[in-house]
Amino acid sequence: MDKIRALIVDDSSVMRKIVERSLRQAGIELDKVVEAANGAEALAALQSNVVDLILCDINMPVMDGLEFVRQVATVGIAKGVPIVMITTEGSESHVVQALSAGARGYIRKPFTPDQVKEHVLPLLGKQP
Amino acid sequence: MSAAGGLAKRSHQENWLPILELAIQEVFEIMLGCQVKPVEQSEHKANAEFTAIVGLAGALCGIMTVCCDANTARQIATCMLGDATGSEEQAADALGEICNMITGNFKNKLAGTDEQCMLSVPSVISGGKYTFRSLADGNSIETALLFEGAPVFVRLQLHS
Repeated sequence: MDKIRALIVDDSSVMRKIVERSLRQAGIELDKVVEAANGAEALAALQSNVVDLILCDINMPVMDGLEFVRQVATVGIAKGVPIVMITTEGSESHVVQALSAGARGYIRKPFTPDQVKEHVLPLLGKQP
Repeated sequence: MSAAGGLAKRSHQENWLPILELAIQEVFEIMLGCQVKPVEQSEHKANAEFTAIVGLAGALCGIMTVCCDANTARQIATCMLGDATGSEEQAADALGEICNMITGNFKNKLAGTDEQCMLSVPSVISGGKYTFRSLADGNSIETALLFEGAPVFVRLQLHS
């Protein structure tokens, strides 16, 4: 698999590191990892970084994950880049909102590396 | 709320302790790779040097708190990250995220509640010398679990 560039968006730095480790445990080779602590920081990061995958929390200060996904679609940046939500918000309405806004996957916290593998690899054109 | 309604709600809430304990156990098992079991609270002294708080609003209204001593918070961060960095900032961050996941996992296990309940982002208090006054004036559900031999106290305080 080619190395990929990932944007990880979560207000917890510990969780950003866990998500990065889970990607590596899923066998995904990372060329570059860009981190952002909220949706606004993530939008700014996308102005100066090209990425292949975005993993994003929902509940964050400043700009939450749902608004970030909407903004990505509205602004038209990161076109075609798969966005996977990783969040404690497990309700059906949150899943529907996220997928309607443009997210391609949804993982509920707490999560295992296998769940990351199962949800992320197909979006990168690979078999889990 | 009617008296009958209040009684029915309280009766439901009395059954929530096992659900809360299951939510906690799942978070520790999945995210830290360790099993924790509830213990008798009276046998353990609370040394709340770190207190993480997540608010709930909507169908379920109140606050969830997770507290432990500083060494335990650092151990939690170490287990989550898989390395022994152990800074105070990481300990607080890790405990906040544990509180967040316990609250979300608990909420998602209550049928009909997950759709109508929102969570706040976590906040973490460092230091034990504080007085905490919650406006949550209803029932509270509380449990203690042993992690690496030290107690972690989890409390859900609800609005009536």
